[in-house]
Amino acid sequence: MALSGIEIYKLLPKTNCKDCEFPTCMAFALKLAAKQVELSACPHVSEEAQTLLAASSEPPVRLITLKSKDSEVKVGNEVVLYRHEKTFYNKPGFFFRVKDSEDEAAIKDRVKEIDGYNVNYVGIDLFVDGFAVNATSDDGAAFAKAVQAVRASSSKPLILISSNPDVIAEGLKVLEGEAPLIYAADPDNWEAMSDLAAAHKASLAVKADSLAEIADLTQKIKDKGIADLVLAPSGRDFSTSLLQNTVSRRLALIKNFRPLGFPIISFPCDTDDPDLEVALSAQAVAKYSSFIVMDTFKKETIYSLLVLRENIFTDPQKPIQVQPGLYEINNPTPESPLMVTTNFSITYFSVANELESSGIPGWLLVSDADGMSVLTAWAAGNFDAERVAKDVKQFNVADKVSKKQIVLPGHVAVIS
Amino acid sequence: MALEFPKDSWSGSVQEITLGATAADGGTRGKTLTVGGAKTMPYIHFEAETPHKPVIALEIKDSFPEDWSPLLHETWGDVLNDPGKWAAAAQEAGADLLVLTLGLTGKDGKPNTPDNAVAAAKAVLAASDLPLIIVGPGQAELDNELIVPVSDACVGERVVLGLCEDKNYRTIAASAMANGHLVIGRAPMDVNLSKQLNILIKDTGLPFDRILMDPTVGALGYGIEYGYSVMERLRLAALRGDGMTQSPMIVVVGHETWKTKEAKVGEDVPEAWGDWLERGITWETVTATSLLEAGADILVLRHPESLKRVKKVIDSLLTVPEIT
Ligand code: B12
Ligand code: SF4
Repeated sequence: MALSGIEIYKLLPKTNCKDCEFPTCMAFALKLAAKQVELSACPHVSEEAQTLLAASSEPPVRLITLKSKDSEVKVGNEVVLYRHEKTFYNKPGFFFRVKDSEDEAAIKDRVKEIDGYNVNYVGIDLFVDGFAVNATSDDGAAFAKAVQAVRASSSKPLILISSNPDVIAEGLKVLEGEAPLIYAADPDNWEAMSDLAAAHKASLAVKADSLAEIADLTQKIKDKGIADLVLAPSGRDFSTSLLQNTVSRRLALIKNFRPLGFPIISFPCDTDDPDLEVALSAQAVAKYSSFIVMDTFKKETIYSLLVLRENIFTDPQKPIQVQPGLYEINNPTPESPLMVTTNFSITYFSVANELESSGIPGWLLVSDADGMSVLTAWAAGNFDAERVAKDVKQFNVADKVSKKQIVLPGHVAVIS
Repeated sequence: MALEFPKDSWSGSVQEITLGATAADGGTRGKTLTVGGAKTMPYIHFEAETPHKPVIALEIKDSFPEDWSPLLHETWGDVLNDPGKWAAAAQEAGADLLVLTLGLTGKDGKPNTPDNAVAAAKAVLAASDLPLIIVGPGQAELDNELIVPVSDACVGERVVLGLCEDKNYRTIAASAMANGHLVIGRAPMDVNLSKQLNILIKDTGLPFDRILMDPTVGALGYGIEYGYSVMERLRLAALRGDGMTQSPMIVVVGHETWKTKEAKVGEDVPEAWGDWLERGITWETVTATSLLEAGADILVLRHPESLKRVKKVIDSLLTVPEIT
């Protein structure tokens, strides 16, 4: 975890020699804590202090990137336990599981459907992140064929699932030049799996029955020089997953415990009750998972989870907004009606979609309401008659629209 | 290596509150329900046990809910015209308690009347022996006009009355006080406003173990993250010992989710939205699950299938895991 200014100060020479161009070591330490200067600006810092400071500037949860030829999934780098404390940064990836025991044509069809899934939420295109290919056959050739089948229908990043390094090796051969995630190193196979990960620049998930064993393993693997690791705790139900994810994240963030300072992979697909797969995935989104592996693909459920992910990973300081201005709906003429709404994106898109699907041409004046919903903005004084009048002027509404009446949202009829 | 699980040490806890009264306490409920009491962030069992399960209420209305999603009309069918039958069906479906929401208007389309409201409350109490929450239509004057006689008519039952808001809490709180009932205070998604409202209500003389808190939530896709974070912050404040944030939280998930376009509309929506019914249920289930993680004590739902699924989530969350 990042050190405070005082903690950094203790590691500096404390001579106030000013060679760093700061008046005191303390002043330099504060700038360093705020990441506004580089440590190298102080020529006198000891080697020991350098090592300590470098370790402390590593993120508490390592950033992991899975890559295919044309896309990537980035996770980790989180700094808080609760989103209001700052924000959650990197959205977890949704991966759908494919088994190599399935028929090749069936794999291609299923992957193609999921790969092509795209839904628009408040102007943002949302889609699935990749696939997890599971070597249920425990046969290298069958596995490679399944990986090929997936690649025939999708170019998204992959997770390769097998505890047999020989089988994983066959899968990796198909993915030359990519950085997939290998699932998983365990207490028996970790050396061979580490070698594979190193050779292919793949990330490596680390699996064991308990968090303590996982921590042991990540250390051993790190000692072999492999740093891109992912935690794979054993829990498959709500309370065990919550416990393991919370403990890992707390240790990483609060105790700066490096052996668990990695993103987490979860398997809602392993529940024995299909009703619970979606809810387990929802918990995983809110509670610290970075890779979420699912089986059941249904448009309505993946839609809900993709939206949840957008919502939970919205920066609490910045509501998603649209640009204020005068928007054309269905090719309006000057005689078309003029409507007004706010620039909170959920509000704007609800209204714009409604108007578009009605087919009626009109003008939509999107008022600069600080990204707030109609009633919130009204309550906060950001959406009143004055504001609307100002925006009518600012966006030269009179030049385009001849109507003098404005259609208001029903909720704020009082401002008319 | 042995791992030490990092425990938070909290000085405060959520207030325990008991809803409903059995014959032994002068009521007619089959059993009472106790909520709250949490001493940790939600379901962190290795710090302390979770004393009471979160519970699920099903919402029913005093007259046919015209504005509800057609999917809910279809699911519940004829009982929607009769609050007593609806209450019995909701109990049958597995609800832990019921919320009766009074409409703005009666069956005839004229403004709702105290007689109608009392008749509905009595019908519900007669048809079901679950603890009951009764909420007004949400307009200060009418709320007071309806809730006070309902409160009188339910004396002894330890029902929950709502909603107390910053501009309208005295009448309802006084009536709850007189009749041994509880109240819900609702503030618009703000930790300090929730806290202030609790102070106002408590200052009327109503004991703190008779106040539930509705922090106001949004549905999935419609601002769920605001409610989610306000709830986490309220729970953190409660655990840190800030007394006036320690009320158990009630969240109206059904009301929020079933008014979203996703749940309400089946035609002319994007193909990527998938099956309508399953989408509505998923919207409600995912919203409910997320808010459980943020510390909800009472979830008010509308669809019986969502209730079934969220109950399974709760059972799993409450199962204390082997330490691993
Ligand atoms: C999320 C939320 C917040 C978020 C803000 C999110 C944001 N970016 O806006 C936060 C937590 C910050 C917030 C703050 C406040 N909030 Co607030 N908040 C809500 C909440 C829960 C949901 C609002 C929402 O997102 N709705 C969804 C959007 C899509 O709805 P919409 O903008 O109204 O748009 C719809 C319609 O109006 C219509 N429409 C819109 N434009 C147009 C145009 C035309 C032409 C037509 C025909 C229709 C139309 O179509 C849209 C789709 O249906 C509501 C309660 C609720 N459940 O509704 C309270 C609510 C709006 N908040 C309220 C209040 C009082 C506040 C605060 C003042 C309280 C405080 N905490 O201090 C502050 C004000 C902000 C500030 N000073 O910082 C009150 C407003 C009361 C009133 N009637 O004035 C509400 C109603 C809660 C309540 N019951 O008390 N809030
Ligand atoms: S150069 Fe180093 S030793 Fe000199 S004042 Fe700056 S921090 Fe202190």
